[in-house]
Amino acid sequence: MRLRSLLLLGLTFLVPLSTFSHAKSDMIQIKGSDTLINLVQRLSESYMAQSPAMISITGGGSGNGIAALINNTTDLANSSREIKPKEAAQAKRHHISPIPIIIALDGICVITHKHNPVKKLTLEQLGKIFKGEITNWKQVGGAEGPISLYGRQSNSGTFSYFREDVLKGEYAASMKQMNGNSQIVEAIERDKTAIGYVGLGYAKENAAKINTLLISTDGKYYANPLNPRDIAGKQYPLVRPLYQYAKAKPAGAVLAFIQFELGKQGQAIVAEEGFVAVPKEFVSANQQALK
Amino acid sequence: MPTLSKSTLTDRLMQAIFTLNGLFCVGVLLGIFGILIMNTLPMFSEIRLVSFLTGTLWNPDAWGVPQFGMLSMLVSTLMVSLLAMVIAVPVGIGTAAYLSDVATPKTRDFVKPMVEILAGIPSVVIGFIGIVLVGPLLAGVFNLPNGLNAINGAILLAIMALPTIISLSEDALFAVPKSLEEASLALGATRWQTVTRVKIPAAMSGIIAACVLGMGRVIGETMTVLMATGCATAMPHSVADSVRTFTSTIAIELGEVPYDTTHYYALFGIGLVLFIITFAVNLIADIALSRYQWRRS
Repeated sequence: MRLRSLLLLGLTFLVPLSTFSHAKSDMIQIKGSDTLINLVQRLSESYMAQSPAMISITGGGSGNGIAALINNTTDLANSSREIKPKEAAQAKRHHISPIPIIIALDGICVITHKHNPVKKLTLEQLGKIFKGEITNWKQVGGAEGPISLYGRQSNSGTFSYFREDVLKGEYAASMKQMNGNSQIVEAIERDKTAIGYVGLGYAKENAAKINTLLISTDGKYYANPLNPRDIAGKQYPLVRPLYQYAKAKPAGAVLAFIQFELGKQGQAIVAEEGFVAVPKEFVSANQQALK
Repeated sequence: MPTLSKSTLTDRLMQAIFTLNGLFCVGVLLGIFGILIMNTLPMFSEIRLVSFLTGTLWNPDAWGVPQFGMLSMLVSTLMVSLLAMVIAVPVGIGTAAYLSDVATPKTRDFVKPMVEILAGIPSVVIGFIGIVLVGPLLAGVFNLPNGLNAINGAILLAIMALPTIISLSEDALFAVPKSLEEASLALGATRWQTVTRVKIPAAMSGIIAACVLGMGRVIGETMTVLMATGCATAMPHSVADSVRTFTSTIAIELGEVPYDTTHYYALFGIGLVLFIITFAVNLIADIALSRYQWRRS
């Protein structure tokens, strides 16, 4: 009787050993940007259907992804912004040289409640609103009422990008900092005085629930991010490259996955998810990085 | 030397095991405190203690000069926690009194497991309910633009603290000797007077312990407040303002901060402040309880 229970106990220890039959190099860990997570999940599902690799993806924000890359707990870091100088210095101290690969272009859409009469803003007005210098909808042609700001948290690449390219200053302390793009959409759907920023994919997917503003740089032509021509023709100002950072020159399973992402099938999925495919000027930069 | 009997050996062995157990618990607590202190002290080479404690702006990743003031977060944390306790304590003790004195055994058998199931709901689910249900309700009732504020957080935290408070208070009330209750009723007191003036005071140590545990849960809760309070860094001016608690800040920032930077140490400083607050709450409850019992004896 005791021998039998001992045997059974021994057998249970063999179960986890079966997982070691997968060679470690076939497992790819990806962490980082919330803007990229849905896209990379779809890309990996498509890739895993045609390859023995196992890909695991988590979010947490671009900042978390890059930190994980530096601390060597991930193979690839999804990032909706470039690596900061402080992070690059930290990486150097850890003997890691992050290689950037651009896998898609994203537009940042400014969204408001469906019933908000304001439908367009200039880039300067947008900056002043988020800096807290314009506080009432009346000041930009809307109904009387205080503006309710929604943005991301400091670990988000979108947060950093918006601050550098639109505000060129500091966010208002009254801005509500939400966990992710979906949360911003949900919150703005319910708040009549709200304004916030989300990735292009989220604005397209929820076009029925919220309103996307037209943005102008010169006060004359107001570009619509939901119109692919305004993005390709560079009239819409808030377009940014989406990166994946690798620890070193990608090789093996990681390289194969990246090549899939940049190939025809991958870029078709990019377009389906509401992003923009990598344009010609970045293709050569990618090829340089992967050589 | 006479050999020790088997029972004496077993006794001594069990004593040793239990002593080690207790020492282990104390050791873990002291260890955590030690880690917090060790990782907070390096912060003071770049940040002055006064500006950390009284500064109202927390912005380590700032466009300009990084700010490390925790006062707004302290006010936010205390606002949400105290409001949650104001809701949870009366409702909790009331429910406990209902379960121990008013409910029929059948009702009790139904309600008690329900309360315990409430304790098992994950905090993200409660945060989600806050965003989707409580938020719009608050916005409608108080005519606010949105429901992501301190009241929302307080209601959700109260829901999370209730099972702890109810369970432990009910056990405390149950443990009051039947003779006390019977004597009170025999002297002509109504059941209401018996519960409020005899049973609850007699169970006070257990009830206070329940409330302190509830408060500990409330102060330390992270995911729920992160989702439902809006996380704005400004100093709140009313309970209808969006707030950011200590726990939200640590959850948002600790994942992306490079190790061994000022920001990293400052986050541990916030952890230390939380630890001290919880310690202070326990201490105050202990003092209050001993003075209460001294006055009654």
